[in-house]
Amino acid sequence: MSTNCKFSGSNGTSQESFKLRKSKELLHGPNSARKWRRKFLFLWFLGVAVTLGSIWFLSNFHSGALGSKGQSLDSCEGGASVLLHHFNVSKNQLHALGSLFSDSDQIASLECTKEPAPEMLINDGIACALKVPCSKKQEFQQHIGWVAEDLRPNGKCLVQDENEFRKLDQSILNESVSFVSQSTISSMSQDCGKTREVDCSEDNCKILSFDLVKECWWVLVGVIVSSILLGYHVKFWGKHLQKLVQLEPVPQQQQQMLQMNQQPLFQSPPRGAGKWRKKLLIIFVMLGVLVSIWLFWHLNQKIITRREETLANMCDERARMLQDQFNVSMNHVHALAILVSTFHHGKNPSAIDQKTFGEYTKRTDFERPLTSGVAYALKVPHLERKQFEKQHGWTIKKMETEDQTLVQDCIPDKLDPAPIQDEYAPVILSQETVSHIVSIDMMSGKEDRENILRARASGKGVLTSPFKLLKSNHLGVVLTFAVYSADLPLDATPEQRIEATVGYLGASYDVPSLVEKLLHQLSSKQTIVVNVYDTTNASAPVLMYGTDVTDTGLLHISGLDFGDPLRKHEMHCRFKHKPPLPWTAINASVGVLVITLLVGHIFHAAISRIAKVEEDYREMMVLKARAEAADVAKSQFLATVSHEIRTPMNGVLGMLQMLMETDLDVNQMDYAKTAHSSGKDLIALINEVLDQAKIESGRLELEDVPFDLRAVLDNVLSLFSGKSNEKEIELAVYVSDRLPEVVIGDPGRFRQIITNLVGNSMKFTRDKGHVFVSVHLADEVRSPLDVKDAVLKQGLEFVQDTSRKVYDTLSGFPVVNRWKSWEQFKKLSCIDTKDEPEMIRLLVTVEDTGVGIPEDAQTRIFTPFVQADSSTSREYGGTGIGLSISKCLVDLMGGEIGFVSERGIGSTFSFTASFRKGESTSLDKKWQLYDTAVSKIRGGRALVIDKSSVRAEVTRYHLQRLGITADIEPSLKSACFYLSSGDYPSVPADLRMVLIDKDAWDKESGISFYHLLKMPKKNGGTDIRVDLSKIFLLATAISSDDRSELKTSGLVDNVLMKPLRLSVLITCFQEAFGNGKKSEVNRKKPPTVQNLLRGKQILVVDDNLVNRRVAEGALKKYGAIVTCVESGKASLEKLKPPHGFDACFMDFQMPEMDGFEATRRIRSMERQCNEQIASGEASMEMFGNVEYWHTPILAMTADVIQATNEECLKCGMDDYVSKPFEEEQLYNAVARFLSLVDRVDWHTRSCLHLFSQLADPCILVDPKCIWLANWQQASAMRSWKEWLMPRFSYLSTSGNF
Amino acid sequence: MLGWGVDRLRADMSRLLAILFHQGVLDEQFLQLQQLQDESSPNFVSEVVNIYFHESEKLLRNLRGLLMDREFSDYKKMGIHLNQFMGSSSSIGANRVRNVCVAFRAASEQNNRAGCLRALELLEHEYCYLKSKLHELFQMEQQRVLAAGVRYPLQQQH
Repeated sequence: MSTNCKFSGSNGTSQESFKLRKSKELLHGPNSARKWRRKFLFLWFLGVAVTLGSIWFLSNFHSGALGSKGQSLDSCEGGASVLLHHFNVSKNQLHALGSLFSDSDQIASLECTKEPAPEMLINDGIACALKVPCSKKQEFQQHIGWVAEDLRPNGKCLVQDENEFRKLDQSILNESVSFVSQSTISSMSQDCGKTREVDCSEDNCKILSFDLVKECWWVLVGVIVSSILLGYHVKFWGKHLQKLVQLEPVPQQQQQMLQMNQQPLFQSPPRGAGKWRKKLLIIFVMLGVLVSIWLFWHLNQKIITRREETLANMCDERARMLQDQFNVSMNHVHALAILVSTFHHGKNPSAIDQKTFGEYTKRTDFERPLTSGVAYALKVPHLERKQFEKQHGWTIKKMETEDQTLVQDCIPDKLDPAPIQDEYAPVILSQETVSHIVSIDMMSGKEDRENILRARASGKGVLTSPFKLLKSNHLGVVLTFAVYSADLPLDATPEQRIEATVGYLGASYDVPSLVEKLLHQLSSKQTIVVNVYDTTNASAPVLMYGTDVTDTGLLHISGLDFGDPLRKHEMHCRFKHKPPLPWTAINASVGVLVITLLVGHIFHAAISRIAKVEEDYREMMVLKARAEAADVAKSQFLATVSHEIRTPMNGVLGMLQMLMETDLDVNQMDYAKTAHSSGKDLIALINEVLDQAKIESGRLELEDVPFDLRAVLDNVLSLFSGKSNEKEIELAVYVSDRLPEVVIGDPGRFRQIITNLVGNSMKFTRDKGHVFVSVHLADEVRSPLDVKDAVLKQGLEFVQDTSRKVYDTLSGFPVVNRWKSWEQFKKLSCIDTKDEPEMIRLLVTVEDTGVGIPEDAQTRIFTPFVQADSSTSREYGGTGIGLSISKCLVDLMGGEIGFVSERGIGSTFSFTASFRKGESTSLDKKWQLYDTAVSKIRGGRALVIDKSSVRAEVTRYHLQRLGITADIEPSLKSACFYLSSGDYPSVPADLRMVLIDKDAWDKESGISFYHLLKMPKKNGGTDIRVDLSKIFLLATAISSDDRSELKTSGLVDNVLMKPLRLSVLITCFQEAFGNGKKSEVNRKKPPTVQNLLRGKQILVVDDNLVNRRVAEGALKKYGAIVTCVESGKASLEKLKPPHGFDACFMDFQMPEMDGFEATRRIRSMERQCNEQIASGEASMEMFGNVEYWHTPILAMTADVIQATNEECLKCGMDDYVSKPFEEEQLYNAVARFLSLVDRVDWHTRSCLHLFSQLADPCILVDPKCIWLANWQQASAMRSWKEWLMPRFSYLSTSGNF
Repeated sequence: MLGWGVDRLRADMSRLLAILFHQGVLDEQFLQLQQLQDESSPNFVSEVVNIYFHESEKLLRNLRGLLMDREFSDYKKMGIHLNQFMGSSSSIGANRVRNVCVAFRAASEQNNRAGCLRALELLEHEYCYLKSKLHELFQMEQQRVLAAGVRYPLQQQH
């Protein structure tokens, strides 16, 4: 059992470890399966618990087997008692012999010992050690010599018992005689055999229980193996699923295709697997049920068999014991018969008389406890009756009744004399208990007579059929032995035996008490009921012992042999109680069933869970596909709709443009202008929507080009300058001097963000408020304590000092604390500059004094199409998409956007963006060179008079960009003091200009200041050419009357309109310091398409005759000389260098060779030419004296889709025009490609001037001009296309303004 | 009398154009086309429109031939034809014809023969309508030019 326990224990641990490993493996599985795995783990725990439980159960069962072993121990005890009993019997026999010896001499006794050999079954021989008186010693030795010899070889086997026995004998038998009985080896072995038998039964039990344990183990192993298999299967499936899951993150476009293909694929296997799993489960459960039924049947069978065996064992044992005891008694009676024959008939005169017999039988009565009495009847022939009667003094009497009982209470004297017969068997010697039958003729009783006759014929003890003993009222039998006169041979005939018969010895047996006594000796007699039957007459067995009991099912019959061949006896054994319910079997089978069902249920739950998860997964996939399809559809819809709107809108705009060129009265012009601007707004909005869609679909990519940050900001400012003047909003930009001139990034997108934010602020800022854009390095604000920048300091000071009435801001209105707007930025604090030294992080803040954003709307301000509240859009217009796009763009730039806002005060938006530092050589400081006027004042000094220090800082910033250092004075009066004080004697020397803000200006002090400035000569007498100093007035809004008045008064040289930006300053300074050049620059009329196209050779390529004709007509109308061809191939011929075409309009949907292909080929031809020219292989003359061939090719398209647009550019086209030509668009497109001289921008004429002198002007305000300027540079670089490509998106985005 | 005729013709033309615009038969592209007509090309519109009619009839014939073919399967070719038709229609501003072409092309892209046939019939109908209306218009134009030519030669344009 203990080994069993250990085994199970080790098994348990191995299972545990296995499970642990498994669970570890499982941990790597996908998340989706984790719950299921947990269930699986739980299942394992359950399995282990069940295993332990069954082990416990089995151990219990084993102890049950031990119980049965205890039972078998009982039977062992029984066996021992039987052994003891037998031993005692032998002992008693010896004892009886001893008592005989006391009466008779040795020889007879020796004979006696020889004769009753069957009586001493156990002992092979009897050694008699006689302690005889000395006188007889020799004689004794003579007789007994053989005994001593016999003793020697056996002497070694003397055991303790025998010694004790000797002592006992000594005490009993006085000093004269002592017996030594010894067990021979055979008897020992016999005993051992018996013990072995007992052991065997025990072994049986053990084997049985062991079998059961084994079976249970097998069942458990089966369960475990099946569950492991299932587990593996599930795991495999899980991997499969995982694979499927891993397939998920494929690019979006492929995904849909993949899904389409995969859907039928992945749907079928799991479904099949699910069915398979269900079948397996059903089989498993059925198997479990079958196993449990089989187990029950098997165990029950075992129990029944065991019961039967037990019963048989017990019954046989009892039968044998009964038989043995009976035989022992019979042997004794036999011995008595021989005794009588020896001492009564063998001696003359007889050694035995009634008295001796009575005494002897009384003393040996203990040996025959079952006999109620013994009697000896003499065989008397009729002839000798008289003589016999005379000799004994009584007549032979007959039995009174015919019944079989030994009549006890009858008085022999009263009985009638026996009738005359052939012979008589009168009782002559009897035990005292039955002394009343002396003289009764036994032959007269029918039963007795038969008995006597059979006994003397067979020479063996014979038995009567059972009859009621009178005294005890028990059933009994009479045993009769014949006593022969002479020693008969073994094969003597019955006649010889009858002849030799001299008498009969009878003994009556009390069977019930015999059995009762026997059963008493055995334990567990209470468990079985024993019946003894006489079955001589097979049809009517006579019950000798026991009661009729109810049938309890099992019955075992053991045969009894009482030594009488004619009589047959049987012992019937039954269990007293009906067999109890086979709890062991029930428990085991129910246990297995429960385990099976439990496991089945768990697996069923798991399987259904899997099925559910699979179903969910499928559903999710479907939903995902649907969602993605919807997303794609949305984007497509947006793109399509946008374009669909854009095309007619272009028409509308074109028509309006045309309309405005016609003769309109003021009102009509106003309406047309309004309509036009609205249309432009709409187009801008559509572009924004397109941007949003593009960003959402992840198609937006940022450029990486060097650009001048400050120029971009100036651009933005110029965009809003009109509006700011209109609303009298102070609009200013300030860039920290720590920023490099040139950074590398996406200028278009950067500009877009700032435009969005500024536009937003402009929209919400009240009149006379301000919008202030400032750009700093993110490093600058990292520690507020050591801020050096004046503008940043202002923000800090504002925080500290709120008590002032007039705020030191641009407009004097209070503002929110800008520091709060970037408080939550994460990347601000982390130092990435160390890792990437070329990276810089900008912090841009846009501060306004608008209405502010309500608290509740602040969280969703960056959500697309959401405005602070719906009333906002009613009041201010807009769609609310700008901020969302800005946020997306900022994210793309690796930055963050945040804001702080307070109702009624204003908002400040901040964002960070990462750029790389650019080389400042290429784009650096060029404007100072292209005008002598500007270079003249470079390095000079300026005085800025402004109440607001921040505003003054902004002015200073702009002046610094031109290389002018500025001093700041808060008011005119202090400026006067500054000029007149002697502290700075050198100050006026290089003081080139004074800039006075309009707020600080008043006429009186202005006049005094003017005089102070203009007439120092008279005061100081120093030779300074102060007349060089110019006075400028800075104004946000000023009426033209005021302006002309100021100018004519001569107090100021010029009025500078804010917002300040470099181009404005330059223009102004040029006018002030230049040599009157301004008068030469005439404001030209805006050039029209006619101007551009007149006389130009243009090739139109289109397969559609109608379209060709229309295009031709349109272009001709603008004065171009148009040539038409109808296929791509023809265009190749025409455009093979050298040729005279200035531009080519190409349709791209053409049969045979489409526009893209044609363009590609044209470009490759041109490339060849250019290479030849460059390498000198061919002279320029060969190709029409053109140094670099690049024919502008413009695509004509009916539907302007972004994708097509990009395609156009990819294949080498320069631009596209939508097909019904619209004048402005045509102009825009063509203007870029036709000779530069004509392309003067009408609203930046100063730029034109600069541009004509410079190879690389990039500060020009109008995007078109920027483009042109750069294009010139690029053509000089001869890699026109390379240069153009990355910039084109910038152009297309900035082209909207 | 003649002057009155010119005015009436002009009014009729405007009315007809207005109806056509209202019905969506024509769009602003037609106006652009008209604007392209000037002294250098006095018959520009009718010239273009005639080319258009000529081309379109050819295309319609081809389309019908393609669709009538029993073992018809060349949807690609049909698509090319339709693209051409569509391009020229949008060039002259024949809006409804163009729209039908779009539907036709969608049907042909889906290989929907029944839809193609329906669209073809509709297209023919629209085309005939457009043709008759434009003929009407050009007749009036001609009359007007003739009428105007008496008093104001080459002055009324634009």
